[in-house]
Amino acid sequence: MPADPALPPTLLGWMVRGEWRANPVRTLVAVLAIAVGVALGFAVHLVNRSALAEFDSAVRSVSGSADIRIEAVTPTGFDEALYPRIARLPGLAAVSPVIEIAARTTAGDALTVIGLDPLRAARVTPALAAASGPGSGMGFGSGSGRDVEDAVWLSPATGWRAEPGAGSATFEIREGGRRIVLPVAGGLPGVEAGRRIAVADIAAVQQRFDRVGRLTRLDVMLAPGIRPDAAAREISAVLPPDARLVTPEAETRRTSDLSRAYRVNLGMLAMVALMTGGFLVFSAQSLSIARRRPAFALLRVLGLQRRGLFLQVLAEGASLGVLGAALGLVVGAGLAWGVLGLLGGDLGGGYFSGSRPVLEISPAWAALHAGLGMAVAIAGSLLPALEAAGAPPAEALKAAGRSGDPERRPPLVPALVLGSVGLAAAFAPPVAGLPLFGYAAIALILAAGVAAMPWLARVMIAPLARMRAPVPVRLAAARLAGAPDQAAVALCGLVASAGLMAAMGLMVSSFRGSVDDWLVAILPADIYLRIATAETSGLDPGLQAALAALPGVTGMESRRSLTLKLAPERPAVTLLAIPVPPGTRVPDLPWRRAPTTVGPGETPVWISEPLSRLYHLAPGDTLDLPLAGRSTPLRVAGVWRDYGRQFGALALQQSDYVRMTGDTGANEAALTLAPDADRAEVLAQVRRALPPDLAAQTEIAPAGEIRQAALKIFDRSFAVTYALEAVAVLVGVAGVAATVSAQTLARRREFGMLRHVGAGRGQILAMLALEGAFLGAVGAVAGLALGAAMGQVLIQVVNPQSFNWTMDTRWPWGLLGGLTLTLTLASALTALLAGRSALSADAVRAVREDW
Amino acid sequence: MALPAPLRIRDLSKTVPGGRVLFEGLDLDLSAGEVVAITGESGAGKSSLLNLVAGLDAPDGGEIWIGGRALSSLNETERTRLRREQLGFVFQAFHILPHLTLAQNTALPLVLAGVEGDTALARAAELLAAVGLGGREADFPSRLSGGELQRTAIARALVHQPGLILADEPTGNLDPETADRSLALLLDAARTRGAAVLLVTHSVRAAEVADRTLVLGRSGLRDPHAG
Repeated sequence: MPADPALPPTLLGWMVRGEWRANPVRTLVAVLAIAVGVALGFAVHLVNRSALAEFDSAVRSVSGSADIRIEAVTPTGFDEALYPRIARLPGLAAVSPVIEIAARTTAGDALTVIGLDPLRAARVTPALAAASGPGSGMGFGSGSGRDVEDAVWLSPATGWRAEPGAGSATFEIREGGRRIVLPVAGGLPGVEAGRRIAVADIAAVQQRFDRVGRLTRLDVMLAPGIRPDAAAREISAVLPPDARLVTPEAETRRTSDLSRAYRVNLGMLAMVALMTGGFLVFSAQSLSIARRRPAFALLRVLGLQRRGLFLQVLAEGASLGVLGAALGLVVGAGLAWGVLGLLGGDLGGGYFSGSRPVLEISPAWAALHAGLGMAVAIAGSLLPALEAAGAPPAEALKAAGRSGDPERRPPLVPALVLGSVGLAAAFAPPVAGLPLFGYAAIALILAAGVAAMPWLARVMIAPLARMRAPVPVRLAAARLAGAPDQAAVALCGLVASAGLMAAMGLMVSSFRGSVDDWLVAILPADIYLRIATAETSGLDPGLQAALAALPGVTGMESRRSLTLKLAPERPAVTLLAIPVPPGTRVPDLPWRRAPTTVGPGETPVWISEPLSRLYHLAPGDTLDLPLAGRSTPLRVAGVWRDYGRQFGALALQQSDYVRMTGDTGANEAALTLAPDADRAEVLAQVRRALPPDLAAQTEIAPAGEIRQAALKIFDRSFAVTYALEAVAVLVGVAGVAATVSAQTLARRREFGMLRHVGAGRGQILAMLALEGAFLGAVGAVAGLALGAAMGQVLIQVVNPQSFNWTMDTRWPWGLLGGLTLTLTLASALTALLAGRSALSADAVRAVREDW
Repeated sequence: MALPAPLRIRDLSKTVPGGRVLFEGLDLDLSAGEVVAITGESGAGKSSLLNLVAGLDAPDGGEIWIGGRALSSLNETERTRLRREQLGFVFQAFHILPHLTLAQNTALPLVLAGVEGDTALARAAELLAAVGLGGREADFPSRLSGGELQRTAIARALVHQPGLILADEPTGNLDPETADRSLALLLDAARTRGAAVLLVTHSVRAAEVADRTLVLGRSGLRDPHAG
């Protein structure tokens, strides 16, 4: 007795293969749509994973097997007296003091100079120490005697190579306007490729780089059996305000946080492409089901259970998903490999500069992305499967190609419910710092828009049927008005892709416009100069005065900027010590909210919008600033807009900063020129005024150039976004083309009948082109309305929750107009081309098929 | 013990939406191998009667027994299984799936019953040979004439050896000569295999070759030759 399965596998195989054989192009488009989404999602994941792994490896190579790190909150470091106090604490196996300095090579490449105690470093950072070197005399600490006390060991990426018999080599390092030449003692073969590191004895680095008595880090190894949290409590109790304890977990989180929002956004864009693919599968399956109603009815009559038919259609969708996912994984891996080579690990986002990570593939994540592709394909088949299973077999067997009842008004309630839930989700707070509800809101609004299409199509198309116009126009209008459900199926993909493109276009246009306004506001002077790698030195007061006195210069503002770690689990923020214009009590900043005054004896601090949101600070709150070995309470007096420092910045009045630190130096300056001053001449004078070594490390540029460069960086960082968006739209347009052409080809009998009753070939083609144009226009208009709603969620919810900055809405009218025109024309053209193909068949034969 | 009749209908009634009564008090008995033709005006409810017998629609009153099992006692799953095992179908529009080969189309009832693919195809080939389409198993329907398509449908209706074949205007899409040949083939094959045939038709010629011809009206079925 054979088994009684709901869906016999043999039948499934025959039906799937039969459908593929009959409609290879439509099958291929649906498979490609899924593949594109999976490929983009998987590629973005692989690139991020590889970049983070590379970054993690880089951190491990310089901090070794430390269980806990104690870091200085500013690059000026902390007092080295902390080292013996920590080393004496119980439960610590080893403590390695470190001084780390950001410098440059003579070629201008970034170089990390690390000062270590060789004896302690051998235990904590073996990758840098002599024991790790494959050859004799290699690795920090190899060799002995006075000749290595002052020497430096270099990683392969610095370009230094040991050459037998070459004698004693030297290596020149530039930092803060200084040139420091050190003898080379050997190489650092344990450091991975691409990392430029110079390691020397800690005392030598302190002395040669003018950091005597200062340390930037202590790497701590715990004794066996000691719990990190217990040790952390003991250590925290003795830490001064300018040092912070960082666990490996916090370090990993901080690294990941650097690019998390950017990564999630790119991932979501890939999901958008995948969702568009899902709509395409829906369109393809809906058409296929409509076309095969009699075939499914026959199977039901012959004995296929309702559930079996439902599973049959779902399995067809899943088969598209399997093929699409498999193709997507292969293409995604290839894409990631190519992107890593071309753009690096941050996809042009600028988070991991200089890194060239190696591709790392995780089978679990590959399975997850494949599963997502299949899930989307199955979800796209769900409604068609329900429709197929729900059709009464006897009726369906007689009514081939039946379309919906034009008198029936499609329901609007599901769309209203989805839209309302989406709107509510937009007001929800972020989850773990990510705008998950914001993304959910976009998905729900999109779903609401698509669910409203049958209703909207009817409402928008019905008036067309009453138009008084030439025959082709009336035929086209009557056809669309008479089959609104078919129009709605075609419109689904169109509205989804138009809506998503409009939403992204609106967001990018608003962001770019706001950034441009901000650049104009923060660059009021004519010429700006900034000294690279000079957080602890740079323009001394004498030099500042010399610059101010240059001919043609009518005003000069100098600034000190330095990085500061306010919280161990967050990336560093930027501290700006800036002058307050005479006669005012607040600096000239692009204010988000009007600044407030502070009480007598209080020191004001003006914080950037990201800092305000990340650290939950508002005007009137107190911010404890860890600076110069102590913690100083400051009163938040204002919030300013800042798109340059995603992790936050705070501005202090220059005089307050000098009072707190005694540091009168500066590393940035803004020069205002006389109206008749020769800008090129002043630029040349500025370069001549600076000492040669400092001039080599100073970036000097007119404000206009900086603005152009900043916008160029903006466009570059959005390049991947544009690319993903374009792919999503292409998938959508392909879907529209597939849907319109399938619907057109399915109407050969109708065209045959029209030819029989006297309609000319040209009239039928004109009717089809008009139908396509109507559909395209309706879809574009509905899509733009939907896109405006989704764009506002991106602007008001997703961006502030992802990047902690807000922006003003700017409508990209050109893009929206172009989009409407393109979709209308593309739709008309597709219908026309499909119509030519359909009309090529003999009209008499087409009609006879219906007898 | 005698086998149950392939079809027994008692006091069947059906009303269409809008309240029009198609028929009421309809009785019918078919014995194994018997061929009964049902004629009647358009809209009399001939196809509706077939749908009721197939369990695709529910009557407003009365009962239908297929192979001794009352349809009203079966749920949808059981009715589907009964169709799969005990009924064969031949339609006016053939309903041959265009993307399956002739053998696959013919084997559908067996495959739906869970018979393994190769076994089902082998049995389908036998039936195709019996209806004069031997060697055409791998052909697709697009290469067949109307008569050949209907012969394929007849092979499909018989492949799983059903007790009752329901034929809805099986010659309606065929020219007279092909219609005669197809009808003869269907009835011969059914009689040879002991299957009863309930034939709905407008064709006088088709009605002539049946064992009995009944006319469907509002008051049920009547024999036009009876007084």
